[in-house]
Amino acid sequence: MIVRISGSGQYDLDDTAAHRLHDFDLHLTEALHAGQEAEFHRLLHETITYIREHGQPVPASEVVPSEVIVPPEDVTLAEARSFFDEDSGLMDPLPA
Amino acid sequence: MSLFGRTRTIVESKMSKVLDKAEDPNETLDYAYEKQIQLLQNVKRGLAELVTSRRRLQLEHDRLQQQSDKLDQQAQQAVAAGRDDLARTALQRKAALHAQLDTLDHQIEQLETQQQKLTQSEQTLETKIEAFRSTKEAMKAQYSASQAQVKISEAATGISEEMGDVGLAIQRAQDRTEQMQARAAALDELTAEGALPDLSGNDDLDRQLADLSAGNEIDQQLAAMKAQLAPPQKQLESGS
Repeated sequence: MIVRISGSGQYDLDDTAAHRLHDFDLHLTEALHAGQEAEFHRLLHETITYIREHGQPVPASEVVPSEVIVPPEDVTLAEARSFFDEDSGLMDPLPA
Repeated sequence: MSLFGRTRTIVESKMSKVLDKAEDPNETLDYAYEKQIQLLQNVKRGLAELVTSRRRLQLEHDRLQQQSDKLDQQAQQAVAAGRDDLARTALQRKAALHAQLDTLDHQIEQLETQQQKLTQSEQTLETKIEAFRSTKEAMKAQYSASQAQVKISEAATGISEEMGDVGLAIQRAQDRTEQMQARAAALDELTAEGALPDLSGNDDLDRQLADLSAGNEIDQQLAAMKAQLAPPQKQLESGS
């Protein structure tokens, strides 16, 4: 499975790792909705470290879409929350 | 929806679908490539704007630093004039300013790191677009094969995603820079007015120090006048 860490590139993960990533996603979503900032950042750091350790980096010359996109490690809780908000302005595409 | 699902939606919303169905697949591929090159220019422009904003923030920082230096001088003047109370106020104000300057320093440093990362992302994007061009040329020869169609469509989506992700990163950095600029400008205004919030209620330091130096000048003028008058007095004294 191809996974992108937003802002830092893509990784290829095997099925076991992909499954583990799903668990991370569940816990992260829980922590986000519960407003547990420290827990959220601890988990996000753990997730990103896990992807880097278990995934194969996709070379720059290879062009493939990702199945999963993980937020950047420095995302704030407010920003991550705004991902769930359709009017956040984050949906605006780059000006043409 | 889960967090990763939402992140994907956000990036996808920034993706430009450049591979629409067209009559001639070869034309579609060429169009997709042209569009990618155009969008790459947008990314480059966004990055350049970000660098400009960061420089402006640096200027704001330098202005605050000058104010801090001025407060330091004022404290020294106050001490020289025996006005420890004024010196204390000036130093307190400088300390408050320094706490803010340190934060600003740290934030500008983070922005620089972020910009370096973005420049790297932009280069990766360029490499991928070039890879798309090669694939496109190879595909043109065999576009009838449905497998080739899937591959090129995947590549186009991959490029769009890459572009969307860089776009998101640029926007986040821009938002952050704007927030910092607003904070720095507000601080600049406050200190210019001599009214940092934690020190409000104090007398206007600038005015008092101005009075002090004006007072010094008057003292000096008085002393000079006395000095001019003094010799005849001494002569009188010695003559008596």
